[in-house]
Formats: sequence, structure tokens, C-alpha cells
Amino acid sequence: MSRRRIGLALAAASFAWGLAAGVAHATDISFWTWRQEDKAAYNELFADFTKANPDIHVKFESFPDENYPTIVSTALAAGKGGDVIHTHAYGWLEQFVKAGYFEPQDMTTVPSLANQPADALVAGTYRADKKVYSLPFASQTLGLFINKDVFAKAGLTPPTTWDEFITVSKALKEKGIYPLANGMGTSWFNEMFVAIFTNPFLGQDFVSDLTSGKTTFKDPRYVAALGKLLELRDYMPPGFEGIDYETAGQLFISGKAAMLAGGSFDIATYRTQNPAINMDFIAPPMAKAGDTPQVTKFFDGGYAVNAKSANKEAALKLVNWMGTKEFGDKFSALLGNISPIKGVVIKDELLAHVAKLNETAMPHINVVYFRFEKPTGSELLQGDITKMMSGSITPDQLAADLTDGLAKWYKPFQGN
Amino acid sequence: MNIGRRHTAKAFPWRRSLWIASLLTPALVVMVLFVLWPLLSAFRLAFYEFNGLQPTGFVGFENFRKVLFETPYSDWTYNALKHNIIAFVALMVFENGTAFLLAYALLKALPGHRIHQVIVFLPVVLSAVIVGFLWKLFLHPLFGLVNQTLALVGIGAIPWLGNESTALGSILFANIWHWLGFPTLVLLAGMQRVSKEVIEAARLDGAGDYVLMTRIIWPLIAPSVTIVTILTFIGSFNWFEIPYVMAGLTGSPGGATDVLGLYFYRTAFGSTTTGIQDFGQGSALAVMMFIIVAGVTAIALRYLRRREIEL
Repeated sequence: MSRRRIGLALAAASFAWGLAAGVAHATDISFWTWRQEDKAAYNELFADFTKANPDIHVKFESFPDENYPTIVSTALAAGKGGDVIHTHAYGWLEQFVKAGYFEPQDMTTVPSLANQPADALVAGTYRADKKVYSLPFASQTLGLFINKDVFAKAGLTPPTTWDEFITVSKALKEKGIYPLANGMGTSWFNEMFVAIFTNPFLGQDFVSDLTSGKTTFKDPRYVAALGKLLELRDYMPPGFEGIDYETAGQLFISGKAAMLAGGSFDIATYRTQNPAINMDFIAPPMAKAGDTPQVTKFFDGGYAVNAKSANKEAALKLVNWMGTKEFGDKFSALLGNISPIKGVVIKDELLAHVAKLNETAMPHINVVYFRFEKPTGSELLQGDITKMMSGSITPDQLAADLTDGLAKWYKPFQGN
Repeated sequence: MNIGRRHTAKAFPWRRSLWIASLLTPALVVMVLFVLWPLLSAFRLAFYEFNGLQPTGFVGFENFRKVLFETPYSDWTYNALKHNIIAFVALMVFENGTAFLLAYALLKALPGHRIHQVIVFLPVVLSAVIVGFLWKLFLHPLFGLVNQTLALVGIGAIPWLGNESTALGSILFANIWHWLGFPTLVLLAGMQRVSKEVIEAARLDGAGDYVLMTRIIWPLIAPSVTIVTILTFIGSFNWFEIPYVMAGLTGSPGGATDVLGLYFYRTAFGSTTTGIQDFGQGSALAVMMFIIVAGVTAIALRYLRRREIEL
């Protein structure tokens, strides 16, 4: 071997050694989520992060939605789990915080918290110590999807009031179109269905009275709003009791149904499933003309740092970056979700319209206020609403069950 | 050779013990780690209160009191227990009853009995998740095979899984379709062991099919019936997969298909959309399920074994 070849070999070896050393010094962190469908988008976002922070690499790891709480709690209890954990909000988050599994976030470790509006931060805050444990990632809006082509073909205008909704629905039904695609076959969505159609009848005053302990769910306003849901049964597909949310979505995007009570989280999905769909997302019917249009809003969750993470500094760095406008802009564009980060520009016309509707939104009462202890409002409502819609219990009974169940832990309801 | 081996065993008795111990150890380790330890942990956790996901203090029988006597938990417990009992009775009557008739028909070795045997057993090899999913599709109110067929004779859309009065029955039907082959095979094996001479003697005495089935075969296959009954009981009280796939974690609609397995899972591990996890109450439910299954199985085994001898 010539000296030149030996020299070249040594140079190559040194270069390889250098590369290896570089790799060894990089920090690999993992991001755990239930959003398997968002993998490509998150990988693109994480690539941007690594470009700005070449020493940190983020690995996307997803788990089935239904088993996600079990998987995360088991891993965290064993001192393992992802470095950054995608969490749900409110009560879901609180049980993990109580167990000491997440690292608190403050303006020193996550300065981008300053970019979050106050109502978003509540979703990621532990009520007992008022500290933020999960940086909010998206707000979700519940309202009414409109298939514009179906309405145009039927020569009808989307309804804005309850009376218009009934009139339009009758006309659609006569033309052989399912007015409302929804059924009652998906428990988690049934709760959202209730929120969508009852909130415009309840208004902010009811929420204030409920949360200040002035009233309970036995309030005549709530019972009357529940009663309105019974009127919807005539305009849902035959056998609606067994129709799940996925089927409802298919009926809507295929044009068999004109309207769908749904969530802004499905805008991107419906566009993917039917790129030709011409749809709108509007506020559900108001009680009467002149009322404020009221969609329902809640914060879906956030990004938390595993308290036992060996790479806490890198994990906090990532979470901080996920609270920046740069992240929020791209997140909204890629995933069709509304980032709560202040100043985020939403270019998509429909999504921007949803963000506008959010300005007068009502909170998703059960999710925001009644999921902190057992029995949760969700358990109680999801159990009873199908019974009410099938006629085996009345709205009064549902309201009483909900109030009495929550009174186990929600003091303002005790003795009422 | 035998003498030599006996001599070695006598000279080194500890070797034989070591050999037996080395054979038993792997199974014992697996049993202790994956059966005994989780079981004892569940027993322990059932007596603790949880604040979030960590045990915070010993509370005695408080978790048991809640799931048995405090509403709404007790309502949910008895509702789920009721469905487990209904499932057991329905499976005994419809699944095992049909299996007995099928096994008798197969025993008669009519033309094509071998292919029928395969057909009856075929669904058993499918996963419960696949069966649940398939029947969920078949029973879909708008697009399902069942309603499409009924529509041909003018019957409108029936929400089989969405109606409180039909949901549990529909799920039981799917379960029977899935498992029918198993009791059929066990009972057929029992029937095939009945001496041909006994059957021929009964025939010569003028016994028809009904008499043969009820007076000769039924008593003689008692050991197979015991096995099928015990397995049906255990299966009914550990029922989870098919209700989970077809009705979801909440046992929809309105708890009409809730069973103890679903209620336990929901309580212990929570659900993204319904609530929070409570390992204490969940463990109490698990302990109760264990006591019911182990206790009733032990008593039933004693009774059925005695009945075998009497018959």
C-alpha cells in the first residue's frame, strides 16, 4: 500500500470518527401521541426544529387512541415513556399531574407560554397549584357541516335558526335527502352532539350560573334544550340509533345527507376522503333570529414534558418551540387545526371562518368543567343520552341523573 | 439398564429432585410473574385510594362498598353483572343447545358430515376482533347485509346495535356464530366415546332419536357437558372482545351491552373520552370477578362431577 493510500485511509477514518462523534453527541428525544394520522406533518415540523437545533432529533411514536391513557400511564408509572407527551386537557391531564408524571412549565423554561391566550392555558393548568403542565396545541370547534352542493341542488339555504332548520329539514327529507347525517352509534360523539345543539339554547348565562353554583343541570333551561334534541330524530337517517359517527361522515361527504353535526377536527379528513367536496362549517341553529351564533369550543390537549425524562432540557426546548408562531402557522396549515398561539395566520378560508366563529363560542361544558373526578359528566351523559333519544328516559331524568351523579364530587350540586 | 438407572437415582436422590425442579422452575417463574403477582397486586390495590394515578392510602373495603352499594357505580356494576348472567344463560341454551343437536347430527354420519364439521368449526379459528367487526358490518342499519336482506321483504332499517332491546341479543348472536363449533366438537367427541353396543341395544329396544338423545347419550356425555358448562361460565364472565368491538367501551347504547369486563377496563384504565382512571375501584371489580368465576367454578365443578357419577 502506498503512503498516499495510507494517508487517504487515515483521513477517511478520521472523517468517519468525527461523524460518529457528532452523532453520539446529538440528543434523541421521543414524542408520544395518539395521532397516528398526523405522522407525516409532525415529522415535517420536527425536521424544521432539528434544522434550528441540529443537536436534537425528535422521534415520532404513536399509539392507538383507545388504549393511549393506559399505555402512557403504565409507561410513566415505570419511569419510562416519551420525553414529550401529547396529552388531552382538563381532567385527563390532571390525573397525570397529581401523580407527579409531568414537569411544570413556566416562563423561564417555556417562554412561549406568553403566546397562549388565557382560556387555552386553563386547559393545561393543574387547578391545585395553578401551574401549567401542558402547552395547549389546538382548539376544536363543534358546529354544523353544510354540503353546499346538496343545498344548491335542492334550491335551499342553510338554516340559521331552529325554525329554519326544521323547515329546511322537512324540505330535504321530501326530496329524499337525509337532512342530518348523524346517528347515536358513537358514545364519545353523542356527548358532542348534545353540546352542539343545546349550547345555542343555553347561552353564556347558563354556564356562569352552573359554574358559580347558582343552578344545576336540573335547570329548566337545560331540560328544555335537551327536549329540542328529540325533535331532531325525525331528520336523522333511518335506524339512527345504530349509525356511528364514521358512517355519518360518509353520508355527508357522499352527498346523501345535507348536514352533519361535527367537529372542525374532521375538516382535513373530509377533504382527503372527497377532494371535490364543497362544504361549509356554520354555527348550529340559534334559538331565534338575532341571537349570537354559538359554536362550541374546547381545547383538545397539549404537549407535556415527562418528569422522568433523561433529556428534560431538550424536551422543554422542543415544547417551547411548539409554542412559537412559526410552529403554529405551519401546524395549522399542515393539519387543518386551529392553533391557539396568538398571531397565527390561518390561510385556509374555511378554517379562518371557523376561527372567526370561535370568537363567540360557548365552552364544551362537560369537557371543560366536569371531567375532573369520578363519575365524570361524560360518563353520565354518554350513558343516558342514547336512552333519552330512544325514548326510554325523559330529558328530566337525564338532567337529574347528570346532576345527582356529579354531586358525588361537585360540591355546588350537593343538596340540589 | 433399568437396574443401573434405579441404582443411580437411589445413590443420588438429590439429582432427581434437581432435575424435577429444573423442569418446573421455568413454568413456575412464568406463573408467579405473570399470573400470581398481578393477581396479588390487584388484591392489594383494591384496598387503596388513588389520587390521580398513584395510591395514596389504605381505605379498607371502601372501593368494594362503592362498586356494590353507592350509586351510580353500584347501578353500573349490577347492570353489567346482569348482562354477564344473561350471556351465560343464553349461551347455555342457544349455543350449547344447538351444539348438542349439531353434534348428534354429525354423529349420525349423514352424507356430507365431514364438510359440515369443518364449516361449523371454521369461525372458531377466526379472531374475536374480526368476528365482531364483520358482524358489526352485517348489522349496519343502512348498508348491512341483514337489513338489506330484510328490505327485500319490506322490513325497514333496524338499528340492531343501536336499540337497547336488540343490542345484547345481536352481540350474543355474533358470539354464538363465532364459538358454536367448539362445544359441538367437544360434545361430538363425547358422543363418539359412547359404546356402539349401548346405542345398538337401545335401538333394538325400539328407542327413537329423542329417547336415544335424552336417555342414553345425554347421561353418558356428562363429563363433556361439565367441561362445556364450566368453559361457558368462565367465558361469559370474562366476556370482553366482541362487546368491545361491536358496542364500544361504554357498552352502548346506554349500557345495554355493558358487561363486567368492559366496566372493569373502563374504570381501571379510563377512556380518552369518558373519564379518568381509578385503579382502586378497577381492582375491586377485578377481585370480585375473580371471586365470582373461581368460586362458582369450584362449586359447579363439585356439583357437576357428582352428577356425572349419579348419571
